[in-house]
Amino acid sequence: MIRTILGRIVALIPVLFGLCVLSFALLSMVPGDPVTAMLGLEADPTAIAALRAKYALDDPLVVRFFAWFGHVLLGDLGRSIQTGRPVTAMIGSALVPTLQLGAAAMVVSLLVAIPAGIIAAVRRNSAADLAVSLLALCGLSLPSFWLGILLILGLSISLPLLPSSGYVPFLSDPDAAFAHLVLPALTLGTAMAAATMRMTRAAMIEVLSADYIRTAKAKGLPARRVVWHHALSNAMLPVMTLVGLQFGQLLGGVVITETVFSWPGIGKLTVDAIFARDYPVVQGAILVTATLFVLINLATDLLYTVLDPRLRSAR
Amino acid sequence: MSSALARVALRPERSAWWRLLTEPRSALGVLIAVVVLLAALFGPMLSSYTPESPDFLATLAPPSGMHWLGTDDLGRDVLARILYGARVSLLVGLSSVGAALLLGLPIGLVSGYAGGWTDSVLMRCMDVLLAFPGILLALGITAALGASLSNTILAIAVVNLPVLARVARGQALAVRGLDFVTAERALGFKEATILWRCVLPNTLSPILVQASVLLASSIITEAYLSFLGLGVQPPIPSWGNMLHDAVGFLDQAAWLAWFPGAAIFLTVLAFNLLGDGLRDRLDPRD
Repeated sequence: MIRTILGRIVALIPVLFGLCVLSFALLSMVPGDPVTAMLGLEADPTAIAALRAKYALDDPLVVRFFAWFGHVLLGDLGRSIQTGRPVTAMIGSALVPTLQLGAAAMVVSLLVAIPAGIIAAVRRNSAADLAVSLLALCGLSLPSFWLGILLILGLSISLPLLPSSGYVPFLSDPDAAFAHLVLPALTLGTAMAAATMRMTRAAMIEVLSADYIRTAKAKGLPARRVVWHHALSNAMLPVMTLVGLQFGQLLGGVVITETVFSWPGIGKLTVDAIFARDYPVVQGAILVTATLFVLINLATDLLYTVLDPRLRSAR
Repeated sequence: MSSALARVALRPERSAWWRLLTEPRSALGVLIAVVVLLAALFGPMLSSYTPESPDFLATLAPPSGMHWLGTDDLGRDVLARILYGARVSLLVGLSSVGAALLLGLPIGLVSGYAGGWTDSVLMRCMDVLLAFPGILLALGITAALGASLSNTILAIAVVNLPVLARVARGQALAVRGLDFVTAERALGFKEATILWRCVLPNTLSPILVQASVLLASSIITEAYLSFLGLGVQPPIPSWGNMLHDAVGFLDQAAWLAWFPGAAIFLTVLAFNLLGDGLRDRLDPRD
């Protein structure tokens, strides 16, 4: 088991190195001189020369990469051109609202998806099953930013019940913080709920047709106990894997939701930095998000291996 | 002869296509997709307005007999812009999936068929691309190259590439040890010929299923990028940049948000329905 886990972690090293190479390469692909792109065409030549020297832009690309990579290994992602603050600190403070939003979206998703998926599986081929399947398909096809805009139109403009944008820290005003969280969490949670609903339904259908469920029913156990106790615990394994993978995907989804709701998380930080041409922040935010994505996927995979004895012996 | 047998054995039955059209959900997907395609092809004939010409006497006009879906802040007809936006969405979707297929299919086939170091190196490269959330990778590429229609297509193609390469590799791995491939090898055919004649035809069903799902996700990704201002740039109308413009007028002209969003939703729904139908019909694993 420990060998399996170590093997997975070692296999991740080239991927993480590749992430660094690609994150660095992306920003090296900016057409023209990056300093001119940052300072504008009419910038003072002395300022241009100073910035070129600061970022060692006259060195060969490989030298620059390894210098940057050395700093990354020490947790130093450079400083923002716009604010002068360390990029690591900016990303650190943006991660708090993002994780808050992600957790709330996950709660919304699970509260809707798991009961709906179970009902659809238990009442297979009924009107409820059809409704859940259609809802899931619509949820998967709904662009999240459009849903966000519709929610703002309905619950902030037509019925002014909830704020349409902004962020309030929970510690400063819990009520206002909750009110600001509802619409972004519903927006982000809906797409996740759709996929989880489908997976719960499929997993439950498979488990409900297993022999041990038939045996449990034959022994006269109440239907509710068979579904909730015997079937659900086994059906949850693939569902939890999907949820783990979705939490990683959510790091991409927040880019849009945070922009729609002016939520000051890592997604909005990335988009704002792109428009401000604050390349160290863009580079750092992309690298950190992708690394988190990879690590969450690894954790999900390892958890699955630990929980499923068949995989333990297979590997 | 053995490869002919293999193609016959593993190719989906002809009636599978008929069943696809007669199953209600996938038929609905085909119907919506055809309507979107017709709108994209014949859009200019359906509307008497051009998508880019402003009319400052009719700004933010609600839906009416004159302007069926209303006008935007510059007085441009929303219907004309949505019809033209269908072209942009389909162009980006089809081109990005097509480009990813052209590169991803050979990478996946060679990787799965050759195995060994070739497989390891190619798949680690694909793993690096898969290690980024799709929208973030597309965002990074357009941020680096600049926002334009062609860079949007390129960015989404790069996002799609590892997905298709992985599917093709999986199929090539499954096929390479089968008897008909061994028979072809024993008959002295070159590896390239075996790949082309035996392996490729047997990867096409799952690739087709994946391509239709990717078409839906590519259309959404283009809309995301354009909504953020990093995709298709004005004055070219795209559903995403129409929604970007609508955000500033939500309290005055809600229709600016309703219709482009509904167009994205229906188009993506169509390709998802089609993808589901194709999966049910063509993918024996499901």
